[in-house]
Amino acid sequence: MSRELSPTQLAVERLARPRPAPGIWSGNMVAVLERGWQAIKTQNWGIIISGFFEPVLYLLAMGWGLGALVGEVEGPGGAKVSYAAYIAPAMLATSAMNGAIYDSTMNVFFKLNFGKLYQAMLQTSLGPLDVALGEIMLALFRGLLYAVAFLAVMAALGLATSWWALLMVPAAVLIAFGFAAVGMGVTSFAQRFQQLDLIMFAMLPMFLFSATLYPISVYPSAVQLFIQALPLWHGVELMRHLAVGHLTWATLGHATYFTAMTALGLWVTTVRMRKLFLR
Amino acid sequence: MGGGQANATRQESVSCAPYAAVVTSEELVIRARGLTKAYGDFVAVDGIDFDVRRGESFGLLGPNGAGKSTTMRMIGGTLGRTAGELSVVGLDPETQGPQVRAHLGVVPQQDNLDDDLKVRENLIMYGRYFGLPRSYLVPKSAELLEFAQLTDKASARVDDLSGGMKRRLTIARGLVNEPEVLLLDEPTTGLDPQARHTLWDRLFRLKEAGVTLIVTTHFMDEAEQLCDRLIVIDKGTIMAEGSPAQLIRQYSTREVLELRFGSQRNAQVVAQLEGLAERIEVLPDRILLYSADGEATLERVSGAGLHPVTSLVRRSSLEDVFLRLTGRTLVD
Ligand SMILES: Nc1ncnc2c1ncn2[C@@H]1O[C@H](COP(=O)(O)OP(=O)(O)OP(=O)(O)O)[C@@H](O)[C@H]1O
Ligand SMILES: [Mg+2]
Repeated sequence: MSRELSPTQLAVERLARPRPAPGIWSGNMVAVLERGWQAIKTQNWGIIISGFFEPVLYLLAMGWGLGALVGEVEGPGGAKVSYAAYIAPAMLATSAMNGAIYDSTMNVFFKLNFGKLYQAMLQTSLGPLDVALGEIMLALFRGLLYAVAFLAVMAALGLATSWWALLMVPAAVLIAFGFAAVGMGVTSFAQRFQQLDLIMFAMLPMFLFSATLYPISVYPSAVQLFIQALPLWHGVELMRHLAVGHLTWATLGHATYFTAMTALGLWVTTVRMRKLFLR
Repeated sequence: MGGGQANATRQESVSCAPYAAVVTSEELVIRARGLTKAYGDFVAVDGIDFDVRRGESFGLLGPNGAGKSTTMRMIGGTLGRTAGELSVVGLDPETQGPQVRAHLGVVPQQDNLDDDLKVRENLIMYGRYFGLPRSYLVPKSAELLEFAQLTDKASARVDDLSGGMKRRLTIARGLVNEPEVLLLDEPTTGLDPQARHTLWDRLFRLKEAGVTLIVTTHFMDEAEQLCDRLIVIDKGTIMAEGSPAQLIRQYSTREVLELRFGSQRNAQVVAQLEGLAERIEVLPDRILLYSADGEATLERVSGAGLHPVTSLVRRSSLEDVFLRLTGRTLVD
C-alpha cells in the first residue's frame, strides 16, 4: 500500500485505532513528556536543587546532631544501626511523598486554573488523561533523580550497608507514584486553593508521627494501628527494610500497599478526569 | 485536488504539498440541536440550533458575554455541554474529544502560548501533541513562521513578543496540523489594520482550499468580509441567521442617515424626527434614521427646520442589524 497522508489524516488514522478511554486518552503521553523535557531548560534550577537538599539537610541535622545524643538504635530485624542510618530511609520516603504531593496538588491546580499550558494541550488531539499521566510521569522522573542523589549521599556517609539499598530508588518512585496518583484524584475535588492547603497541612504531622524519627513501639497499640493505616508509615518501613537488606513478607506488603494506592488514585483520577480538566 | 499524487511513497508519510481539505458534497461538519451550557444557575448558551456545512465560512456574531466562546469550547470538546446534541465531523466531541480535535485547528480568544518554549518550539511542540513527526514539523514550522511574519523571531522567547505578534503566533500554531475545520475566536483582536487584512486574505485562501472556518467576532466588517453565513447571538440565544446581505435586507433598510445634534440636543429633537424615517434609533452620541433613500430623508429633516451639526448617509451594515435585534450596539 502506498499513500500520502495529510497531517490531519495521519492523526485521525492513529486515533481511529481502538484504544481504551477514547474520550479522554489519545495514547500520546510521550508528547507531554517531551514538552516537559524541553521546558526544563528554562526552569528555575534553584527550586529543582532545593528539592534535593531538603532531605539531606534533615539527615545531617537529625542524624548527626541528634544522633550524637541517641547513639545506636534497633533497626529492622533487630540489628543495631546508627541513628543516622535509622532515619535516612525515612527521609527518602518523606521527600518522595512531599515532592509527589506538591506536584500533583498545588502545581496541577495552579496550572489548571491560572496557567494556560493545559488549556493549550487540551485543544489539540491530546486527551486529559495523556496530560495527567504525563504530568505524573514528569514528577516521578524528578523524584527518581532526587532518589539517586540521596542514595549517593547515603552511600558516601556509609549509611547504606546492603546492595538491596539500590532498590530504594525504584521504591522511592513507587511511593511517589502512589502519592501523586491519589493527590491528582484529590485535586479533582478541589474548588479553591485553601482546600489543598489542608492536604499540605496534614503532611507535616504525618511526617513527624509516622515512626520516621523513632520506632512505632513508643505508641500505645491503638495509636500504632492508626499510624499503620497511613501511607507514609508503609513507605518508611519499606525503605528501612531495603536499606539494610532485611526482606520479609512485610516488605512485599508495604510495596503492595503503594501499588494499591497507585491503582486507586489512578482510578479516581480517570473517573474524575472530566471534572478535573474539562471546565 | 489532493488525491492520487504521483510521488507516492512506500510507507506512510506526511504530505508537505499545499494542503487542500477534501470537499465532499453538502456534508455537515457541525450539527447542533438544543445546545445548552449552564454554569450553575446561569445559562450561558440557551438551546441553540445550527448547522455548518463543509467548506463554509460560518460566523458567530454577538456582544460580550453572548456565549460565543462557550459555544466554541463545546465544539472543541474542551467544555462539556449541559444539554442538547452536538456532532462535529460526525462525532460527539464530549466522548470522542481527541479524535474530533485531530480535525480541528483552535485559535482561542486568549493567547495560550507556552512561555517556557521558544517561538519556533511552540509550533513544533504543538504539532507533537497531535502526534505528528518532527520531520514534518520542522519545515512546517518554518512555513508558518513565514506566514506569521515571525521568521526573525524564531529563537525569541514568547514573553519578548508584542501582543500582536503573540496573536499571529497563536493563529499560525492553530494551522500546524493543517486542520479541516478552523475555529477562530476573535482572531484579529490586537492586530494592527495591516495584519488584519493580511490575515483575512490568508483565511480567504484557506477557505478556497476547502477549509471550513468558524469565526466569532464583534467586528461587523470582519463578519461581512469572512462569513458566508452567520448567526447573531445575544444572551445565549440565536436572534437571527443568514448571509450578511440577507440579514441586512431582512432587518434593516437599504440606507442609514446618521445625525448629530450635539449630546445635549439629541434627545430633544427626537420627537420632531418621528415619522421622517421607517425607524429611528437614538444613541448617546447620534441619531440613526433608517430609510431606503438617506438623502431624501435628510432633505425632509432640513424641511422640518432641523439643522444637525453633522450628517452622514451610509449603507446599512450588520451593526444596524444588531442594533435592531438587540437594542444595543455591538462595539462599545
Ligand atoms: N467558567 C465560567 N463560570 C461561570 N460563568 C461563566 C464561565 N465562563 C463563562 N461564563 C459566563 O458565560 C457567559 C458567556 O461567556 P462567553 O465567554 O461565552 O461570552 P462571549 O460571547 O465569548 O463574550 P466575549 O465577546 O466577551 O468574548 C458570560 O456571561 C460569562 O460570564
Ligand atoms: Mg469570547
